[in-house]
Amino acid sequence: MELTRARILEFVREPEAVFWVFVFPVLMAVALGIAFRSQNGGRTSVALLDSGPVAARAELEQKLRASPLIELRVLDEETAALALRKTRVEVVVAVDANAAAPTEGEPPALTYRYDGARAEGRAARLLVDDVVQRAWGRADTVNARDENAPRRGARYIDFLIPGLIGLNLMGSGLWGIGFSVVIARTNKLLKRLAATPMRRSDYLLSIALSRLLFLGLEVLAIAGAGRLLFGVQVAGSILALGLVSLVGALSFGGIGLMVAARPRTVEAVSGWMNLVQLPMWLLSGTFFSYERFPEFALPLIRALPLTALNDALRGIMNDGMSLASLWAPLLVLLAWGLTGFAVAVKFFRWQ
Amino acid sequence: MTMPTPENPATAAVSCRGLVKRYPDVLAVAGIDLDVWPGECFGLLGPNGAGKTTTVEMLEGLTTPDGGEITLLGAQWGKGRDRELRQQIGAALQETKLSEKLTVRETVRLFRSFYDQGRDVDEVLELAGLEEKRTARVGKLSGGQKQRLALACALVGSPKLLFLDEPSTGLDPQARLRVWEIVEQFKQQGGTVILTTHYMEEATRLCDRVAIIDHGKVIAQESPAALIASLGARQIVAFSADGELPAEALAALTGVRGVQRQDESWVLSVDRASETLPAVLAELTSRRLQMHSLTTHQATLEDVFVHLTGRGLRDQ
Ligand SMILES: Nc1ncnc2c1ncn2[C@@H]1O[C@H](COP(=O)(O)OP(=O)(O)OP(=O)(O)O)[C@@H](O)[C@H]1O
Ligand SMILES: [Mg+2]
Repeated sequence: MELTRARILEFVREPEAVFWVFVFPVLMAVALGIAFRSQNGGRTSVALLDSGPVAARAELEQKLRASPLIELRVLDEETAALALRKTRVEVVVAVDANAAAPTEGEPPALTYRYDGARAEGRAARLLVDDVVQRAWGRADTVNARDENAPRRGARYIDFLIPGLIGLNLMGSGLWGIGFSVVIARTNKLLKRLAATPMRRSDYLLSIALSRLLFLGLEVLAIAGAGRLLFGVQVAGSILALGLVSLVGALSFGGIGLMVAARPRTVEAVSGWMNLVQLPMWLLSGTFFSYERFPEFALPLIRALPLTALNDALRGIMNDGMSLASLWAPLLVLLAWGLTGFAVAVKFFRWQ
Repeated sequence: MTMPTPENPATAAVSCRGLVKRYPDVLAVAGIDLDVWPGECFGLLGPNGAGKTTTVEMLEGLTTPDGGEITLLGAQWGKGRDRELRQQIGAALQETKLSEKLTVRETVRLFRSFYDQGRDVDEVLELAGLEEKRTARVGKLSGGQKQRLALACALVGSPKLLFLDEPSTGLDPQARLRVWEIVEQFKQQGGTVILTTHYMEEATRLCDRVAIIDHGKVIAQESPAALIASLGARQIVAFSADGELPAEALAALTGVRGVQRQDESWVLSVDRASETLPAVLAELTSRRLQMHSLTTHQATLEDVFVHLTGRGLRDQ
C-alpha cells in the first residue's frame, strides 16, 4: 500500500532514527553484557591483608592460592577496604595482629570482612572459611557429591537480550509513531490528508504496519549481536520468536497511536510517552526479574504489555517454550494493541 | 456553455447560508452566505484574520461550523457521503508542510493513490512545472516549488472543485504567473475554483466574482469589474498635506466622486486625475498648505476595500 511505502521511505531517509533503532540497543547489549559477564573465569575474588605476623600470613596465602575456586590478591588495609566497597573483592581475610606467631602447622586467628547483605559476599565468606578449615585439617564427616550442571540460558546476558529486544520494540514503536504523527499534525499534513478521500483508519494502519519491516531488522540486530558476542542461543523456534516480536510490535504500534492521538506538540507527546513507558521501565523486568516485586503486584505487572512481551521472548529464547504455552502474554499484547488502535481511530485529532 | 442562473441556488457548485465559526476569543466567521456557480472562479478577498481560511476549511469539511448550512456538489458534509465528496475536491491548504523526506514524485504519487480516478502523476508534475524536480526531496524545494507541489497534489485526483488558500502568497512574480496559468487551465477544462488571496491583481485576473470579507462578514460580492465600477470613479488620487483641511472642501472639487481618510492621507476617487489634481493644488495653496506625498493610479479592488472599510487590505 502506497501509504505504508511512503512511511517506510521517510524512515529510511532519517539517519538518526536508524541509529537509535538499530545501533543503540546493540551497543547497550554489548556494554551490559561486558559489565555483567562472569569475572575471573567464575573464581571468587578474595583479598588478603598484608599486615599481621609474616609467617602465618605466608602460610595462609599459600593455602588459599592452592584452591582453584579462589582468585587471591594481597592488598594493604586501605586498598582492600576500597576493593571491598567496589565489589572488586567479595571478602577480605585478615590475620589477627596480636596473635602470637603460631608455631608451624598451628592455625592462625582470622577475621573475615565481607558485605553480608550481598549474596556473593556471604557465599565468598563460606567458601574461604571452608578452604581454610579444611587446610588446617577439618575432616568432612558427611559424604556429599556435587552435580554442577549450569542451565543453558541462565547467564545474565541470556536474560538480558530478550529484555532488550522487548524494551527496544516498545521504545521504537512508541517514539517512532508518536513523533512522526505529532510532527505531521503540527505541519498540518494530517489536515491535508484528511481533505483527501483516504480512509482515515488506513492511515493509522499504515503507520502501525510500517513498523513491521523494521521490527524484523531490530530483532535481528539485537539477537544477532547477542549470538555473536556472547553466544546467546535461541532455545525455541526462530519462527515463534518472529511471531512474538510481530505481535509485540503491533501491540506497541497500537499503544503508540493511542498516545499520539491527541497531543499537538512534540513536548506534550514526549511527556505522555515517558509517562506511559515509565511503569514498564521500572516494573517489566527488562534488567532484573520482576518476580522480586511483592506477590500482590505481580498480576498487575504481568498485565503490562512490556512484561508480557519480555515473558514471551524469554519463554522462547531461554526456555524453548512453544507459542501455545505462551498464550497468556500473547493475549495481553493483542488486547493492548487492539484497544490502542480502536481508541486511536475514535479520538484521533486530524488538525 | 450556458451561463449558470444565479437565481437558483440548487445549481450552485458550492453554497452556504449563515455560516458561523466561533473560537474562544474571536468570532472568526460571523454569518456568511455564498453561492459559487459551476465553472466559475470565486475569490475570497480580505485582510489577515478576516476569516477566509476558516470559511474555506468549513466548506472543505475540515472544520465543523458552529452554525449555518453548506451544500457542496449537491451534498452535505457528515451525511455519509463524505468520501464521495472528497473524491471530487482538491485542496491546497494554507501552510501545509508535506513530508520532507519524500521526493516530489513520491508525494504526488501518494496523493494519487487516495483517489479512485485521477490524472497521470507525471502529467500533473509537468503541468506544475516540476518535471525537473521529480526526484528531489520535498525538503530541498524552494517556497514557490513547494506551492506548486501543493497545487499538483490538489490536481492529481482530477477534482471538479478546487480550493486554493493563498496559492501565490510569498511567490515571486514569475512563480505567481505560473500558478495563475495552472488555475486558468483548470478553469478552461470546466473546473470550479474557490481561492483566497490578498492580491488584487490575482483576484482581478483569475476571479469571475469575488467576495470581500472583513471581520468574518461578506461586505461586498460582485465581479471585480462591477466592484471597481461601484466606486463610480476610474482613478484614485492619494496625497497628504501638512495641516488640517475639511473633507467637504475636497468633495466639492471637480470630478471627485468620493473622499476617504486613510491614516494621514486623503484618498480621492476621481473621474480623471489630470482634471482633479490642479484643483487639489489650488485648494491647498489657498489654505497655505503644502502637499507631501502624492500618488495616482487606476482604481483597483484595493480601492474598493479602502472605500468600504476605511482601511488598506494589507494594513494591520
Ligand atoms: N484554531 C483556531 N483557534 C482559535 N482562533 C482561531 C483559529 N483559527 C483561526 N482563528 C482566528 O480566527 C480569525 C480568522 O482566522 P482565519 O485564519 O480564517 O483568517 P484569514 O482570513 O485566513 O487570515 P490570513 O489572511 O492571515 O490567512 C483570526 O482572528 C484567527 O486568530
Ligand atoms: Mg488564511
